[in-house]
Amino acid sequence: MAEALLRIEGLTKHFGGVVASDGISLAVPPGELHALIGPNGAGKTTLIGQLSGEIVPDAGRIRFEGRDITALPIYRRSALGLARSFQITSLFLDFTVLDNVALAVQAHDGHSFRFWRDAREETRLREPARAALARVGLADRSDVVVANLSHGEHRQLEIAMALATSPRMLLLDEPMAGMGPEESARMVKTLGELKQELTILLIEHDMEAVFALADRISVMVYGRVIASDFPDKIRANAEVRQAYLGERETAGGHA
Amino acid sequence: MLLFLEQCLNGLQFGLLLFLLAAGLTLVFGIMDMVNLAHGSLYMLGAYFAATFAALTGSFVLGALLALIATLLVGMAVELIALRRLYGRDHLDHVLGTFGLILFFNELVRLIWGPAGMNLGLPPSLNTFVEILPGVPYPTYRLVIIAVALLVALFLYVVVMRTRIGMLIRAGASNREMVGALGINIKLLYTFVFGLGAALAGLAGLLQAPILTVQIGMGENILIVAFVVVVIGGIGSIRGAFIAAIIVGLIDTLGRSFLPDLLRLMLSKEAAATAAPALSSMLIYLLMAIILVLRPEGLFPASGK
Amino acid sequence: MNVSLDWRNIAVIVVLAVLVALPLYVAVTGDRFMLTLFTRIIILALAAMSLNLILGYGGMMSLGHAAYLGIGGYAVGILAHDGITSGFVQWPIVIAVSALFALVVGSMCLRTRGVYFIMLTLAFAQMAYYIVAGLARYGGDDGLTIYKRSQFAGLIDLSNKVQFYYLCLAFLFGGLYLSRRLINSRFGMVIQGSRSNDRRMQAIGFPTFRYRLAGFVIAGTMCGLAGALLANHTEFVSPAMMYWTRSVDLMVMVILGGMGSLFGPLFGAIALLVFEEALSQVTEYWQIILGPLLLLVVLFARGGIAGLLTSGRHG
Repeated sequence: MAEALLRIEGLTKHFGGVVASDGISLAVPPGELHALIGPNGAGKTTLIGQLSGEIVPDAGRIRFEGRDITALPIYRRSALGLARSFQITSLFLDFTVLDNVALAVQAHDGHSFRFWRDAREETRLREPARAALARVGLADRSDVVVANLSHGEHRQLEIAMALATSPRMLLLDEPMAGMGPEESARMVKTLGELKQELTILLIEHDMEAVFALADRISVMVYGRVIASDFPDKIRANAEVRQAYLGERETAGGHA
Repeated sequence: MLLFLEQCLNGLQFGLLLFLLAAGLTLVFGIMDMVNLAHGSLYMLGAYFAATFAALTGSFVLGALLALIATLLVGMAVELIALRRLYGRDHLDHVLGTFGLILFFNELVRLIWGPAGMNLGLPPSLNTFVEILPGVPYPTYRLVIIAVALLVALFLYVVVMRTRIGMLIRAGASNREMVGALGINIKLLYTFVFGLGAALAGLAGLLQAPILTVQIGMGENILIVAFVVVVIGGIGSIRGAFIAAIIVGLIDTLGRSFLPDLLRLMLSKEAAATAAPALSSMLIYLLMAIILVLRPEGLFPASGK
Repeated sequence: MNVSLDWRNIAVIVVLAVLVALPLYVAVTGDRFMLTLFTRIIILALAAMSLNLILGYGGMMSLGHAAYLGIGGYAVGILAHDGITSGFVQWPIVIAVSALFALVVGSMCLRTRGVYFIMLTLAFAQMAYYIVAGLARYGGDDGLTIYKRSQFAGLIDLSNKVQFYYLCLAFLFGGLYLSRRLINSRFGMVIQGSRSNDRRMQAIGFPTFRYRLAGFVIAGTMCGLAGALLANHTEFVSPAMMYWTRSVDLMVMVILGGMGSLFGPLFGAIALLVFEEALSQVTEYWQIILGPLLLLVVLFARGGIAGLLTSGRHG
């Protein structure tokens, strides 16, 4: 196997008595769309938090392009090309759509100690931002104040902002949460296009989307990765069926 | 050495007074998430009420009791009329709105009592000295303040730790939504807590009245010191406020009395005389800055936040 | 930015025109008091504008901003007291000292959030207050009289009331222009983004601390200059000008005018000081009206004057 773009070794995190990450090891090679599934509370978001730098692990290492980033601050990871989207929409609500994405472009265009020129008139910020919006299908909404967007549009904007940082790898935390079927379908299409160029770690509950998109799938339960394999193998894995897919069916049966 | 003992008692007494102020402040802060600058006004009102009622009734104790009740009522009225509309707003709104209340109360006091300050004389029975050690007299009234404040602290401890209302207060300080979800009449609880805090501030003011001149603006300075206590102790924590108040009271008092001599050992006489007053006034703010840098949530962060 | 003729723009144009023409009115009527009042308004508007940069645009709720008024004022006062009256020496020192103070205070306070930030900025302002109150050589609690205004080698005479007024106005206009450039620049976008969602700013790759700190220093320096003007205006400095209630006054101006709006602090300063002046003509106890009025503004007119003008435009 080629050298992994993202390699996690023995990542461990406790919150009080709860083990949120229990010695997680995982490798994502360049170009792969790796999906992370598991029941709620399995520790998926905690894992993303440690990868993006918001949560400091108790033990273990995170390597990105072979470089140890375990102790790097959030903004430095972003500068290396690791971009995340948030499960709970986290945008600049009082800015316009275009301003949101332009800020993400600006974050990766040198320092921002520039006090004089009107940032809204800089084409080198606005053009890439428009391009990112076009890729997620929000081009015609660029002048709308974000607070006025629909939920589905917020999710698309999340992706556009991650894209605008010209990342090498995307960490997507439930990009389809709360979306209707039509919006989901569009998101699957967008992600399908993105995976041609980017390495993606995707957390998602929508199994249809996961199995349609993923090159490989890891299953997390109680803070541990219990299986990590190709989609077909995961589907066939007895342990996974029992621990996760089975539970999902039961849950579905009650609903 | 004897001076040191005396100053320690003074520091303890000041610290306990600060606790009376800080207790209400920290509860309102912790439970309603409200920055209440007008807390100092209630302290001032307590002192004015006490001076007035004591003069009217001719009895210090009766005057103090009436003042306590009056501050409680004013506090609850302020909460009902104005402050409850500010819950849930951001802190900036709290600062401005309650600053408006400060202006209002200062001017109201000037209108009613006039711009000159008042004095509240001590009854002869309290205006005496007790020998705390052979040959060391100490003002009886200061010991009374210490005793009263300790009793109140004990009372608060019992209320907060042993009663149903106290349980709600503690729950509210760490998790507001949960108390709401319990179906408790939150509004009533808030008014009660606010009134309790107001009464404590008034108590601090009336206890302080015989020692200081009762004057307009007396609340503004001590309010900030009380905030320092609240922040050092950890917002919402009564226990933290108690310990922080005593620390702040001791450091401030001991700093003022001994820092000049200490500095004189290190600096020239002239330099020490210049630096000492500024430095001793700054001590508690320095303390707060250091504590916040080391422990950003104060010494005893209210649990669950 | 499109300049359309809505209520807000009309109000801005009228106010600026009145400010420019005021000395003419004073020359005609001989009403010197108006000149004094408006000089003070303009200086405090400059201070409020500097606070608006960090409070309105940056979301940094500093409760110690008056400290910079005092620091700028005392830099002028202390130098003048020791015989250094040249503005070419005084004013660079004002800038250096207030920037340095803001750098030290900001680098500590900006590590905290929310109430803790409020309280820490307050604590540092109180420390500054006690330092100047302890300067027995420079008047201590009683303050310090400035016998000679800053000298600028005959280029401009600060003792001439009209010249001084226009100097202050020039500073205000300069400050307004600077703020506008700043707010719309890349730097301004970072500051505002950090107010809106600091967590996300870091996630997309901004080391926000250093930008917020830079904003804090710029605002402090601007307010220090306002302090230098104020000291020249009143020819007196005292610890009272940096007491915590003065910091709240500046906040009141910002909120009254409309937070995060360019001209808001100017509107706020005019409204507050003119209103104070008018009320004090009516009654000695004018604060008994001002206090509840503030509460009402907080409760019912959150956008301040700028907000009222904007909503007026929509109907």
